Amino acid sequence: MSCWETVADYAFRSIGFGERLLPRSDFTICQQATLIGSGMIWNVYFGVVALFSGFVMATVLALGKASQSFWLRKPSEWFIFLFRGSPLFIQFFFAYFLFLNLKQAVPIFSPFTAAWLGALVVLFCNTAAYSGEIFYGALLSIPRGDIEAADAYGFSGMTRFRKITWPTMLRLAWPAYTNESIFLFHATTLVFFSGFPAYQQKGDALYYANYFADKTFNPFVPYPILAGYFIMLSLIIIGFFGLMNKRLNRHLPQEERRKLRIRPNMIR
Amino acid sequence: MFSYCIDPEVLGQFRWLSCYLTTGKHFAFYGSFATVLILLAITAPTALAFGFGGASIARSRIGPISWIGKGYIAIVRGVPDIAFFLFFVIALDQAFEFARHKVICPEWNEPIRQGSDFIVCKAAKLPLGNAPQWIHETYGFFLAVLTFAIVFGAFAANVIFGAMRAVPKAQLETAEAYGMSRRQTFWRILVPQMWVFALPGLSNLWMVLIKATPLLFLLGVEDIVYWARELGSTKNAKFTSYPHGDWRMQYFFFLLVFYLAFTKVSEVVLDRIMKRLTHGQATAGGEAQRKAAV
Amino acid sequence: MKKLILSTAALAISAGMAMAGSHSVVRMGTEGAYAPWNFINDAGEVDGFERELGDELCERAALTCEWVTNEWDSIIPNLVSGNYDTIIAGMSVTDERDEVIDFTMAYTPPDPSVFLAMDSGLDVTSGVIAAQTATIQAAFIANAGWSLVEFSTPEETVAAVRNGEADAVLADQSYLASFAGQDGLVLLERQEQIGGGVGMGIRESDGELREKFNAAIQSMKDDGTLNTLIEKWEVASTFQ
Repeated sequence: MSCWETVADYAFRSIGFGERLLPRSDFTICQQATLIGSGMIWNVYFGVVALFSGFVMATVLALGKASQSFWLRKPSEWFIFLFRGSPLFIQFFFAYFLFLNLKQAVPIFSPFTAAWLGALVVLFCNTAAYSGEIFYGALLSIPRGDIEAADAYGFSGMTRFRKITWPTMLRLAWPAYTNESIFLFHATTLVFFSGFPAYQQKGDALYYANYFADKTFNPFVPYPILAGYFIMLSLIIIGFFGLMNKRLNRHLPQEERRKLRIRPNMIR
Repeated sequence: MFSYCIDPEVLGQFRWLSCYLTTGKHFAFYGSFATVLILLAITAPTALAFGFGGASIARSRIGPISWIGKGYIAIVRGVPDIAFFLFFVIALDQAFEFARHKVICPEWNEPIRQGSDFIVCKAAKLPLGNAPQWIHETYGFFLAVLTFAIVFGAFAANVIFGAMRAVPKAQLETAEAYGMSRRQTFWRILVPQMWVFALPGLSNLWMVLIKATPLLFLLGVEDIVYWARELGSTKNAKFTSYPHGDWRMQYFFFLLVFYLAFTKVSEVVLDRIMKRLTHGQATAGGEAQRKAAV
Repeated sequence: MKKLILSTAALAISAGMAMAGSHSVVRMGTEGAYAPWNFINDAGEVDGFERELGDELCERAALTCEWVTNEWDSIIPNLVSGNYDTIIAGMSVTDERDEVIDFTMAYTPPDPSVFLAMDSGLDVTSGVIAAQTATIQAAFIANAGWSLVEFSTPEETVAAVRNGEADAVLADQSYLASFAGQDGLVLLERQEQIGGGVGMGIRESDGELREKFNAAIQSMKDDGTLNTLIEKWEVASTFQ
């Protein structure tokens, strides 16, 4: 079987198209690369959707945590502590069992026990909490002069937030936020290793990499392939966030524009 | 454990629970918390040592050597850590056995990889096939610690590398002016001063390390996740004196609370250490402390 | 031909090692989550049919045995890499597994696999069927082209049916029988004959150990103790 046929058979296996049975014996590098690549569809799906939805929630959380009102501040603080203070792995397990129990009481929850929604909810809350903390930090370090200048120009309320506070917050938070999104994509690999089951052997990249490592008992092929995919993905994210960074900083004088450097904190 | 536990079926709720929570199985569960703590206690200094080594190599003036250090940092950063955990445990085991095989059985001339089997001579097996159980367990635990240390060492290396660069240049230049050699400058000036700059990153790393401990489960160590899943699963009256339904949610809730408490305590302790370290330092934090005291 | 030579060479080496006192301890690998075959009892020890069987076999073969638990989905790789010496975990003998490891003679007769569901009139060909990863049942469902959902432990497969995640679970009769009649779970009439009997898995290079266990199993079969044990734990039909 040529490699091209393998690609045709397995390229979309992770979402249920193409050949039904996974390869059983005589594994080729082509099969491994194709299937692991196919699994990346899930990682990208989880990462992209959680990132975009989590972004909105993170802004709300950051504002909540910086708010004067006790009733806004405390819930945001607790939400952030809950999701930043416990391991994602345990959160996945717990959420799966929680959804199972909820499902019996309230039928609306039945799709939540499937990874595509249940795990997404956990990842969404997780990235919202981590990014919320980053945004909160940025919010506190907005130069006071900026806000005063906005007041002087007669900006207030929503307009001030939309035109001054929010863009400045994003600009300050951007390097750390880039870092966070890379880690979010890495975290998506945990989905099928925790409570959430894989239907019809439709799993993410790590699920297939692990499948091959177990079958061939040779970790030196599938895991480096997986690593290659993820390094590629990280580079794409860095490129994309770099473009955004340029846009956020476009009003600054040339020498003050900060090049996006995601060197400092490699951990969230 | 208690004398009234002989026939749990007739016990009241409280007594039933007291018996249930003190079965041998539950003690294994409690013991596994110690496993996690021991792992942390061993891994943290080991990872720090790896990190220190990695950072020193990355700072090297010789290009190729510094690339090794930087490459180590960059690769671990670019790849999901769970992939490393799954990879290293098999890879390290095979690497050790392969190395022993080359030394112990040089006359062996068959291929090491035969289809799906990885075959080394029996004397090179790690641990030896007839070793007692505790050696096997310790070896498995050792592999897990090493894997954790390699992954978190790279993170620590990055933090320490950054901290070394944060030490004011003037300090190093002054040392040079006093006639200190490069080595002396490194050990006497750079290293003592960098810890303050490294601490925020390292305490962050400690938090991440705590949160990575459930991954032990994936390395085949019988840790808290393993026991929570085993204990929480439905128990049939045929095979146990304490039948119950699906309690996995409750057990995992307990784990969640354990981790939240653990991170909270760490946060408080690390905050105190930071306060003490910044005291009198020429940094923004130290300045703030001085002003507050005045 | 080449393979034959290799295996004889391996046999010769392992025989040589045996002289040097290998297998002073035989490590028995099991899953510990598959009652009544093997499970962890309240005291935290391995218990069940295979525990009793294994201890008896070791005594008859004059071996010192130790029990080890391992996750099911990596139970074969860990045998091959030498983390333990036998698999005694309700593992059916199949051709696919036989290519990687060797089996002793079966210690239970081949029994059909059954379906456990909430609805006795379920059409299994159109429903979602749960099975444990890397079991003969999972392979069977995948081959038949039905909807398969995999879980890593047997317990989770049954929980999935109870929760409505799956419509039915396919597994060994003895395992599912203890769940039937609880929480509205019923066994379907349809049964599938998959796989051979259950045997102990042993590394291909370990022929001598396999012979020892074969002899012990045969002696237990002959004096009827094996059948008594099977009946006691209700794991399978008895040998005729």
